[in-house]
Amino acid sequence: MTELLQDIGLSHGLAVLIAKTVGVFVVGIFGLLWTLVGIWIERKLAGRFQDRLGPNRVGPFGLIQTVADTVKILLKEDLMPTGVDRWVFNLAPIVSVVSVILIWAVVPFSGSWIGTDLNIGVLYLVAVGAFGTVAILMAGWGSNNKFALLSAFRSVAQLISYEVPMVLALLVPVLLSGSMSTQTIVQEQHIMYLFAVPLTVLIFLTSGQAETGRGPFDLLEAESELVSGFHIEYSGMKFGMFYVAEFLHAFTIGVLTAILFMGGWRGPFAEDVPLLGFVYLMIKSLVAYVVLIWVRMTLPRLRIDQLLDFNWKFLVPLSLVNLLVVAFVWKVVPDTDQISNLGDAIVPTLVLLVVNIAMIAVVGAILRERGRRERQRIEARMTAAKPAAAGD
Amino acid sequence: MDITVESVVFLIFGVLTLGSALLMVTARNLFHGALYLMASLFGVAGLFVLLAAPFLAGVQVVVYIGAIAILIIFAIMLTPQVTAMRGIRTTQWPLAVAVAVIFFALLVSVATPLMGELGVDDFAADFTQENPPDVPADSLVRLGETLVDPQGFMLPFEVASVLLMAALIGAALLVWPEGKAPTPPAEAGDD
Repeated sequence: MTELLQDIGLSHGLAVLIAKTVGVFVVGIFGLLWTLVGIWIERKLAGRFQDRLGPNRVGPFGLIQTVADTVKILLKEDLMPTGVDRWVFNLAPIVSVVSVILIWAVVPFSGSWIGTDLNIGVLYLVAVGAFGTVAILMAGWGSNNKFALLSAFRSVAQLISYEVPMVLALLVPVLLSGSMSTQTIVQEQHIMYLFAVPLTVLIFLTSGQAETGRGPFDLLEAESELVSGFHIEYSGMKFGMFYVAEFLHAFTIGVLTAILFMGGWRGPFAEDVPLLGFVYLMIKSLVAYVVLIWVRMTLPRLRIDQLLDFNWKFLVPLSLVNLLVVAFVWKVVPDTDQISNLGDAIVPTLVLLVVNIAMIAVVGAILRERGRRERQRIEARMTAAKPAAAGD
Repeated sequence: MDITVESVVFLIFGVLTLGSALLMVTARNLFHGALYLMASLFGVAGLFVLLAAPFLAGVQVVVYIGAIAILIIFAIMLTPQVTAMRGIRTTQWPLAVAVAVIFFALLVSVATPLMGELGVDDFAADFTQENPPDVPADSLVRLGETLVDPQGFMLPFEVASVLLMAALIGAALLVWPEGKAPTPPAEAGDD
């Protein structure tokens, strides 16, 4: 496109500027339109997981239910509670959506389609994630509502905590590919990293689920405790934007999983037909996303102490050990820095897989032991025939 | 000097940085001050990108906005009524201005000779993104290697790590429940 604009007589700088602006619009609008389809998929799946039908009234299979919802939410009155911090209150939903859309700038849709192939791509992912946290803080504080504020507190505690294992998990594909560029990480995956480092994928999915604030980590909108969370005072499209941001963030975690661990756009003939690569990426993303929905719909919500305990006493140590072990193995196995085709990748992948299975076995044994002790403790409490202390 | 895309972007980020910084120190509302601080730090990250140092820009956002500014906001929100206070005034502003001026002078005196050393003080060269100064292309890799190179910055790097570790342990000890000896985590997590 840059060449086309230059042909009609624009300077190089201006042509690049226009091409990038158009790209930003295309990626942004695609993300938002995809939300319409994605929310339908999610509600349909959620319905099935919970033994009901899901949306089925508007359009065939309820397909345009989301469109109807969008129209409804657009027409709703935009309430402004008294005592809100006007600017902060209004900016929060926008920052929330922008922080997610920004991630899509470094998503390689195919071999040649990528917003910007930053050589710090993975660091960029972590960086723009920070704005999402800011948005929640702004919403919680700006709403002039104690439930919103409490929810914002919780969410920040949760988001900051789970960022640690997430970053440590992100480091593993960086380590294996020797690059922080998302495009290079995809190109280096002659065998999907999913098969080499399954433990890292689990850590990434778990912390990703927590980062998006979805069940079982959806404490920031625990209805029974906080009415509805940090967006309690928002109505109409402002609430809609938080909803869109949450959905899109969750789906983006699926996309990132596909890129970092499942080979992104790679697949048969994807090198020659960019569109095919895009289709592969979306299919892989949906696979990862369905796993996330599955977990969300199946597990009950955690308590805040369980949530933080799980992170700091289990997930963080585990991801630290995992990173050290992977780095060590990668150093010990010969020629890991010269992998250029499928054949080279087989031996290191197998070695890593064996090491990972061993690690998973050890972790499983530790978890079983912990669970056994916890059950014993509770049984001892029950038999002591006194009301259980409600904690401190 | 022509008006290039770079100069326009530089102007935007410069105004953003300085304007937010000014609003931050004059804001009566502490929470707004913290938000302005974030905007200012974001502007600095933008300037880093313009200087062809995207890694520093990323680190700037992750560390300053993602961690420090959010912790500042957290502390503000946890302090009762601090945002409701009207007319927070202090008599220390002349001292603060003096310190800021001295610090600025120090920075300029340190940075000016460095510019000559790196050969980037030639303003007539008109550096742009297409025509960058003589910066090694793999600066990120070199940065990483220098940090763990015994001839490079390994000692300061490790000292900083030990310092942070000590701070971490100290923080954990400070918040330890009183009258409870530090025991293995499995025991401590019981209550």
